Amino acid sequence: MEEILKVNNLSKRFDEIVVLDNLSLSVKKGEVVVIVGPSGCGKSTFLRCLNGLEDIEEGEVLLGEEKVNPNKKNLSKTREKIGMVFQSYDLFPHKTILQNITLAPIKVKKRNKAEVTEEALKLLDRVGLLSKKDNYPRQLSGGQKQRVAIVRALIMHPEVLLLDEITAALDPEMVREVLDVVLSLAKEGRTMLIVTHEMAFAKAVADRVIFLENGKIVEEGSPAEFFDHPKTDRLKRFLETFSYEK
Amino acid sequence: MGFEVLLKGNNMLRLLGGLGVALYISLISVAISIFLGIILGALMTLKNPVINAVSRVYLEIVRIMPQMVLLFIVYFGATKILGINLSAEVSAVIVFSFWGTAEMSDLVRGALSGIDTIQYESSAALGMNTAQTYFHVIIPQIIRRLIPLSINLITRMIKTTSLVMMIGIVEVLKVGQQIIEANRKSSPNAAFGVFATIFLLYFLACYPISLLSKYLEKKWEN
Repeated sequence: MEEILKVNNLSKRFDEIVVLDNLSLSVKKGEVVVIVGPSGCGKSTFLRCLNGLEDIEEGEVLLGEEKVNPNKKNLSKTREKIGMVFQSYDLFPHKTILQNITLAPIKVKKRNKAEVTEEALKLLDRVGLLSKKDNYPRQLSGGQKQRVAIVRALIMHPEVLLLDEITAALDPEMVREVLDVVLSLAKEGRTMLIVTHEMAFAKAVADRVIFLENGKIVEEGSPAEFFDHPKTDRLKRFLETFSYEK
Repeated sequence: MGFEVLLKGNNMLRLLGGLGVALYISLISVAISIFLGIILGALMTLKNPVINAVSRVYLEIVRIMPQMVLLFIVYFGATKILGINLSAEVSAVIVFSFWGTAEMSDLVRGALSGIDTIQYESSAALGMNTAQTYFHVIIPQIIRRLIPLSINLITRMIKTTSLVMMIGIVEVLKVGQQIIEANRKSSPNAAFGVFATIFLLYFLACYPISLLSKYLEKKWEN
């Protein structure tokens, strides 16, 4: 399988604190990589480096042949190919749901409005929110907003989709509706990098799971090995915090 | 009740003319304040220590100093010391713009810093460049926050123009006083009628603006 995203020796520091320590990773087309780890382990920073929201101090991020460089002039061109959905509902509050979705394809990709609208409605229908197209974000629940955010990223036809703890701010009963959408995306062969705290979801969606701590990859493997036969003590202890016994 | 004096000669017209002067001064000042306030407010978000120190002193001066004192300083004081000859109207516009710019800049700063960084980041993640982000995402949100607040400032400015009669500008309140003085013998109750009319005129000038602000606020409450 063709390699689509490559990270070579990525390092990042916030002042004196090392956040990412010589990280390397390669993601194949259609692969779903889930990144887990304790808070502050650098998971989110890692994702943010992948689309240039954070400065990269050492190492490089390659999307295909293209280098993702925060200081490069055409960074926004590269970003069109990397979709990202954030933890907080980040919809544009002054635009309707439909306008939220169609803004970037029309203004950035200069696509035809009628054609973009048609695609947007199809995608909204797919996530079960067609009836909300003329509502404003404030009229939607957190889970609905997050589904719209996913659609807004999808309509740019990204080569890679980055999901940064997209259910962390949601009420528990809304987590499912969002994760179901992500599962269906995985089934149709989307390349995704997912940071999450939902272990059951990680197990179901991932082709490969990575355990990140102190900016380093401690262990990685297929979901079966990773969750059922963890090799390192550190990962064993981490996974134990998610299971309860009386 | 004293309303009859208004029907004498062209008294009502004079009163309206006076209101015109008040509105004229306030609208020019509002236009200047909005323009300069947006620039200063945007500068204040740059977190430059020098700009911040200067603007803090400026805002504090405006907050502490009664507008009337400012009017006197500019009209009576500055003209003497600097040897320049400012008309009362120009002095009034300077003082009101000085005040309005301070208030406006504070509103702009608040509106700008109230926009979450995630709005910039999610725009960037969608491939928008800086200009597109500001044009389609940030500025529309700022305008929605700003317009109701700045309309409120406009009505406050219109009200406060009643002070400019203290430096000899014949605006609506001054005209009213003149009418009362001139009819002291024939209509001793003129004060009530005239001032009640002035109240009504201010109300008619400000209420539609205030309604507009309420309407926009409701429309944009998302």
